[in-house]
Amino acid sequence: MQLIPCPWCGPREEAEFHYGGQAHVAYPEDPSALTDEEWARYLFFRDNPSGPFAERWSHSAGCRRWFNAVRDTRTHDLLAVYRVGEPMPEVTP
Amino acid sequence: MSSSAQPPGAHLPEHPDFLWDDTEPKASYDVVVVGGGGHGLATAYYLAKVHGITNVAVLEKGWLAGGNMARNTTIIRSNYLWDESSGIYEHSLKLWEGLEDDLGYPVLFDQRGVLNLAHSLQDVRDGVRRVNANRLNGIDAEWLDPAGVEEICPIVNTSPDVRHPVLGATYQPRAGIAKHDHVAWGYARAAHAMGVDLVQDCEVTGLETAGGRISAVRTSRGRILAGKVALCAAGHSSVLAKMAGLRLPLASHPLQALVSELLEPVHPTVVMSNAVHVYVSQAHKGELVMGAGIDSYNGYGQRGSFHVIEQQMSAALELFPVFARAHLLRTWAGIVDVSPDASPIVGLTPVAGLYLNCGWGTGGFKATPGVGHCFAHTVANDEPHPFNAPFTLERFTTGALVDEHGAAAVAH
Repeated sequence: MQLIPCPWCGPREEAEFHYGGQAHVAYPEDPSALTDEEWARYLFFRDNPSGPFAERWSHSAGCRRWFNAVRDTRTHDLLAVYRVGEPMPEVTP
Repeated sequence: MSSSAQPPGAHLPEHPDFLWDDTEPKASYDVVVVGGGGHGLATAYYLAKVHGITNVAVLEKGWLAGGNMARNTTIIRSNYLWDESSGIYEHSLKLWEGLEDDLGYPVLFDQRGVLNLAHSLQDVRDGVRRVNANRLNGIDAEWLDPAGVEEICPIVNTSPDVRHPVLGATYQPRAGIAKHDHVAWGYARAAHAMGVDLVQDCEVTGLETAGGRISAVRTSRGRILAGKVALCAAGHSSVLAKMAGLRLPLASHPLQALVSELLEPVHPTVVMSNAVHVYVSQAHKGELVMGAGIDSYNGYGQRGSFHVIEQQMSAALELFPVFARAHLLRTWAGIVDVSPDASPIVGLTPVAGLYLNCGWGTGGFKATPGVGHCFAHTVANDEPHPFNAPFTLERFTTGALVDEHGAAAVAH
């Protein structure tokens, strides 16, 4: 089973984690000011790269904290993990 | 051994005729279809047959029908909830019913019916509602109680003493399975016979536009001018659309499936269960074919996580205790492009001459004839067929979603 290195607990089995999709998608500052297109972009449109992808994970059966990871979607290799609030690290796939 | 011996195999008969010739790409086509899976091949077939457009190439980066077309669980049904879905899926089912005659090729389409099990009061309410909706749309559907389920499929455990007891099921008798390879081969053979070029080992690496209109595709086998380009790339749709500057509301996930060793015929129908995440049929050869839910994370690797298979097997064993001694033969994964409302995106794009067919998620196989027919119409006429008109890219902005999470969900 794939091990995911929780930045708080260290490596744990994937089954302990919950996936949260693309990271760094900020809630709009003033949602009611958005056009329909902008709201749709926020609500439904996400990056879907074949390669490194910054995404959110929650250690839901462990420390229950959210963190971010950069994972290569082709190999499923976790290239980096970092805590919420930290900038996305540079990675080489 | 004598010195004048013939080379090994010389006594064997000639190789039979190939179903199609592998073609070198030409410099230019009226229509380039990207993706040589079921949808791409069917689109090319109907472009030639219905619309007389035969200067067509199907470009496939691997081998024909080696992606999701080789990885699905071959379930065919049309019992979706909303009118929009009923339209296109039932259109497809009707085409399945005449497909062998149409293609002149056996596809082993077998209408053995499908049961969608209900395990909770909410499942029961949803199932009964869906049966009523299906009937109003002229689609065959019945609601069965547990005794009715047992009558159709005696090996399902309908005991009330299990973790997720069977409280009933929807039943669509006209649903069934087909042999996925034969479907692809049938379409490929018939399309090729009408003049369509099938180009394998040809990966699209770029899409060129001129004045807001598609003009050419760049490929691993050179640049090809294209009057129109029709994308049928399933899990790689986002990657391709990005080459034309388009962003799609899709997430590509691994979807796993597995087969058992060959067994005597024990399973007479198709059984699906959203609640316990498994769907099972028995292939013509005898393998039990089971599909899982998608792996949670985005992935292009055509493999998924082991715990998903474990969960799927435990669900299958609870529903079918008779499978306990069966051995797993192999598991695999495809890459499915999941849309936010579990419905496909089929239609025009902001780039003139570029057409989208994607977002089928976990359920594209059953739609193969229907979407091929409608997408060919869309490409030929530069406007959607009435059956795919609701499935625009714009619906994610206008809010006119077609929410099929109930009918599709895990067991699409």
